[in-house]
Amino acid sequence: MSQTAMQNRPVAETNTRFDVELRKVFKVFNGETVVRGIDLNIRQGEFFSILGPSGCGKTTTLRLIAGFEEPSAGEVLIRGRSMSGVPAYRRPVNTVFQSYALFGHLSVWENIAFGLRIKRQSKAEIQKRVQESLRLVKMEQFARRYPAQLSGGQQQRVALARALVNQPTVVLLDEPLGALDLKLRKEMQVELSTLHKNLGVTFVMVTHDQEEALSLSDRIAVMHDGKLEQIGTPNQIYDYPQTPFVADFIGDTNLFKGRIETTDYGMWQVRTERGLRILVKPTESLNGSMPNQVVVSVRPEKIQLSLEKPSSPINCFEGRLMHTMYLGTHVHYLVELLSGDRLTVLQPNRAKLAAEPDSPLYIYWAETDCLALTA
Amino acid sequence: MYLPILILAFYSFNASRFSATWEGFSLKWYEILFNDSRIFAALQDSLAIAICAVGVSAVLGTLMAVGLARYQFWGKGLYRGASYLPLIIPDIAIAVATLVFLASFAIPLSLWTIVASHIVFCLAYVAVVVSTRLSGLNPHLEEAALDLGATPTQAFLKVLLPELMPAIVSGCLLAFVLSMDDLLISSFTAGGGANTLPMEIFSRVRTGVKPDINALSVVLILASGVLAFLAEYIRYRGDQRRSV
Ligand SMILES: Nc1ncnc2c1ncn2[C@@H]1O[C@H](COP(=O)(O)OP(=O)(O)O)[C@@H](O)[C@H]1O
Ligand SMILES: [Mg+2]
Repeated sequence: MSQTAMQNRPVAETNTRFDVELRKVFKVFNGETVVRGIDLNIRQGEFFSILGPSGCGKTTTLRLIAGFEEPSAGEVLIRGRSMSGVPAYRRPVNTVFQSYALFGHLSVWENIAFGLRIKRQSKAEIQKRVQESLRLVKMEQFARRYPAQLSGGQQQRVALARALVNQPTVVLLDEPLGALDLKLRKEMQVELSTLHKNLGVTFVMVTHDQEEALSLSDRIAVMHDGKLEQIGTPNQIYDYPQTPFVADFIGDTNLFKGRIETTDYGMWQVRTERGLRILVKPTESLNGSMPNQVVVSVRPEKIQLSLEKPSSPINCFEGRLMHTMYLGTHVHYLVELLSGDRLTVLQPNRAKLAAEPDSPLYIYWAETDCLALTA
Repeated sequence: MYLPILILAFYSFNASRFSATWEGFSLKWYEILFNDSRIFAALQDSLAIAICAVGVSAVLGTLMAVGLARYQFWGKGLYRGASYLPLIIPDIAIAVATLVFLASFAIPLSLWTIVASHIVFCLAYVAVVVSTRLSGLNPHLEEAALDLGATPTQAFLKVLLPELMPAIVSGCLLAFVLSMDDLLISSFTAGGGANTLPMEIFSRVRTGVKPDINALSVVLILASGVLAFLAEYIRYRGDQRRSV
């Protein structure tokens, strides 16, 4: 039985389980390689985010899926079907553009009906589905308006409705909330999430906002310089970053470059460039191999502060307090170690440290609270 | 600046045959004007030329503007520069060049040679106005249409063309006025009894200003003014609705 399951798996993977597959996709613009060999499988019904700094090739990746660009090499598949040579207007995907790209000469209602009219749906069907989409994005009372008469948030909703009304296999969203102010963005995040849950459609969202990606996505692909650094759930990405870039880009972290000196009892002792000795418990993914150069990442909230020397000497370093910043619920400390390294430490506000600026103190963290990453 | 026009309008209502003296209000000259068959024949020629030239320019000018904006091809910069040249170089240069061109190919002068020469500058005007509008449009509009299932042709007809329509119309009105006004290029390329309104006026004025010409000028100025205003209004309305 397990044997048949094994045999069936590859077939199932290519045919039904994935809505979007990218296979070694490259994109070159005038000699500049913008997308460098991306491999990606996006599951059916998933809220998938592509996260990365501006200019790393996220939009280009999305446009390759939509069909506005053809890959220079590699292949894009949608529902297991190769999309090479299939033009944008024959792909079962709909895009929410970063700039919305609403049709200014058409009313909200006509904007949403556009796709259905092109597909020659019946009048009754169009009426029904446009009405339904308007309700879905709470824009019923604006049906007769023109795009120029709407606020940014309202335009965003129309753009969303215009895509959803066609019941695509995949909805592509390019920084959908990028142009909205903070409060509206939070509201729309909740609505996007609700829409996704209710409709069960696959969402592929591009964003440079890590918080947005972490809070909305089932899985995230972190992109850097045209390459994928890591794919995983928000939890995996945050707690177990696999590269220094991911550790640094997602949340805040302290990074130390160093070499592995000794390995004892499944622990690594890393000697940093400035002479600190840090004890790290290697993660599963690195357990087999032992890289020469590593980067140790310690999250600010995992570091403890104390005025007295703590009893355990593991990962304990002396330093002095440089700067204190109150963030309301948390306090942010900047500490300079004797070695010259500067660390950020984040503590809940209740454990207020009675330390003057420049006063000496000790910082420490458990060997399980830091990660060793291959440099 | 508008003083001569006001004086002109004032004298067109003068009952006297001579411009210098005022003999009371009269619509006499307008009456004479509207019964003048030569003027009407000239007006017909002018309208035919303007409508043909503008019609051709509307289609070609729009396609040219869209083509220049959307497609990359070799020598594009040069072509763009060359296509707007008729706006800058003096009419007399266009007139002479066209005449020389026509003569060297031994093409007989006719009403159609005037049309062809008018297309030269009408095309440039339409293309400029449409290009301006095009560069203000969201560059992803056509992609949005394709994304929703429209073929490239449908995207052009159902999205790009309607979005550009105010600019096309206002460019055409502008070109129409310029074509109706043109004297120089028409007189160089006219042949076979073709006679445009400005040419008719010019030939009459040479033998002295008559009051019916005053009246005609007032009518022409009013008509041009209304068209120019209409063009501007359409462009403004289009911008208003589309300023997303
Ligand atoms: N059509 C294009 N022609 C040339 N270069 C492009 C084109 N589209 C994108 N690029 C370049 O590709 C890089 C990545 O762009 P993009 O995918 O938009 O990044 P992101 O969306 O992550 O900010 C940028 O350096 C950009 O200049
Ligand atoms: Mg982008």
